[in-house]
Amino acid sequence: MRLRSFRLVPALAAVMLLVVPALAAAQDATDQDIAINTLLVFLGAVLVLFMQAGFAMLEVGLSRMKNAGAVMAKIIINLSVTFLVFWAVGFSLGFGDGNGFVGSSGWFLDVSDPATDFSSLAGYAANFEVMFFFQATFAAVSLAIVFGTMLDRTKFAAYIIFGIVYIGLIYPTVAHWTWGGGWLFQDGFLDFAGSSIVHLQGALAALAGTLILGPRIGKFRDGKASPIPGHSMPLMVLGVIILWVGWMGFNPASFLSAIGANFADVAVNTNLAAAAGVIGATVASLLMFKTLDVSQMGNGAIAGLVAITAPCAFVDPWAAVVIGLVGGAIVPPLVIAIDKLRVDDPVGALPAHGVAGIWGTLAIGLFCTAERTGAREGLLLGGGGEQLWVQFYGIAATVGFTLVACLIVFTAIKYTIGLRVSEEHELAGLDISEHGMFGYPERFIDVQGAESDSGGHPAAPAPTGAATVTTPATAS
Amino acid sequence: MKKIEAFIRHEALEAIHDKLATMGLPSMSVTEVKGSGRQKGFTESYRGAKTTIFLRPKLKLEMVLDDTDVDRAIDAILELAHTGEPGDGKIFVFAVEESIRVRTGERGDVVLAPHPEETAA
Repeated sequence: MRLRSFRLVPALAAVMLLVVPALAAAQDATDQDIAINTLLVFLGAVLVLFMQAGFAMLEVGLSRMKNAGAVMAKIIINLSVTFLVFWAVGFSLGFGDGNGFVGSSGWFLDVSDPATDFSSLAGYAANFEVMFFFQATFAAVSLAIVFGTMLDRTKFAAYIIFGIVYIGLIYPTVAHWTWGGGWLFQDGFLDFAGSSIVHLQGALAALAGTLILGPRIGKFRDGKASPIPGHSMPLMVLGVIILWVGWMGFNPASFLSAIGANFADVAVNTNLAAAAGVIGATVASLLMFKTLDVSQMGNGAIAGLVAITAPCAFVDPWAAVVIGLVGGAIVPPLVIAIDKLRVDDPVGALPAHGVAGIWGTLAIGLFCTAERTGAREGLLLGGGGEQLWVQFYGIAATVGFTLVACLIVFTAIKYTIGLRVSEEHELAGLDISEHGMFGYPERFIDVQGAESDSGGHPAAPAPTGAATVTTPATAS
Repeated sequence: MKKIEAFIRHEALEAIHDKLATMGLPSMSVTEVKGSGRQKGFTESYRGAKTTIFLRPKLKLEMVLDDTDVDRAIDAILELAHTGEPGDGKIFVFAVEESIRVRTGERGDVVLAPHPEETAA
């Protein structure tokens, strides 16, 4: 996004200095330039939209069969809430012109001139509406992260109400600080595609939610964490791979420009970090648990991807490998630490999106190259600690604002409509108690035409030549 | 009339069923069960949290037989369910008071007899 992403643009210049040359570039753009850029952003938006399928599969794989339908309902309602609320107010708060903290123009996409109402985006030679589509899919990703940690015990209405507040206020406020040309942007804070803005924020809301909710029944017994295994590792890993594919839109298309083809570099860095994340989590799982935990390997890929999301345009490929490896390796020990704190995180969003998001955002300050940022160089490359300090207080501000805001909202929900389902409903499963139907009906009830002992074909004829089968027609 | 209840490994069922069928003893019921015995449980590790599963899946094979068929059926099960490792299972034999075929209302040993076509074969 991210005016900052252009190598040619001096990142430390004031906002106007940045926007003016970019505007000039946009005005010089040919129709073909605009068409190609718009196609890149549209393709990116479609890929990021598809990440909802990834979250759906990852979360349902790590939930129990009795809650499978509820996970699907949650994903589809959150996507709907995001598009409507982001269209109404979120996009304006995040990317509209306003002050250093929030934007305040272009409500309901009612825009006379994007260049004045959305000057943070005006420097890009791409269609304005496709920018909205792209940003809305990012907001939806952030919201999807929140509820993975809260699954199997949250009231359905709470998803909608929190979603409205999160997409309509919390997420776009922090997005505005950096991507909307706000105060962090002016300090030189870098977050290319959203390690902190999208992923850390989602994880902070998830932390607030699970703290107010409490753990699932049966998660902590006799002071120890006991496993509540998710019902399908194949679905979980399918989700991880869909997310990995979706990330090819998330990071590369965040250039919002295909001119110069820099997005291809970012695609390389993103894949390297994801691959290194899997290796990091696998080795750490083997060392810590003496097992090759499938779900942790999947989390490792996500952690590597989250970690590289902020620095992907600012670091060399070798640094992407280091960033991804560390991101993945911290997941297994953090899962244990979070269990020890008696915090219940069924999907591992707190380590994979939260801590890896912090790591990735800080890693810019360690590994960024002056050539790629157009400004400061990272600490480990001899550039001093200046960028690292900006990254640090950018994260501190995000943590402070989002965690407090989300704790307030979840507490308010708890004491009004209620945040958690009753114990009876939780034990029965959210599918039947909240939705009146099952995600996997045959698992729980008799379904007409699906008798289990005949594999769903009750009238299946006997195999010919089976001497042991007696049919009524020939029986005496 | 006797009833045999045999707890066996899943992988032994097909061979036992085929053998008993060729011996003219095709009637059986099979249920999936979980149980514990001398075979140790196993440890499941999920996301670093560990738990010991002491119930293992087994099959319960039930047959009601004429007294004269009981020993040869047991021999067949013993032969084919045996691996020598703990977990091969157990066989129990019970006395049965009565048996009735629902379709015809017949009672007694005739209910246990295999189908006439099979006897012919």
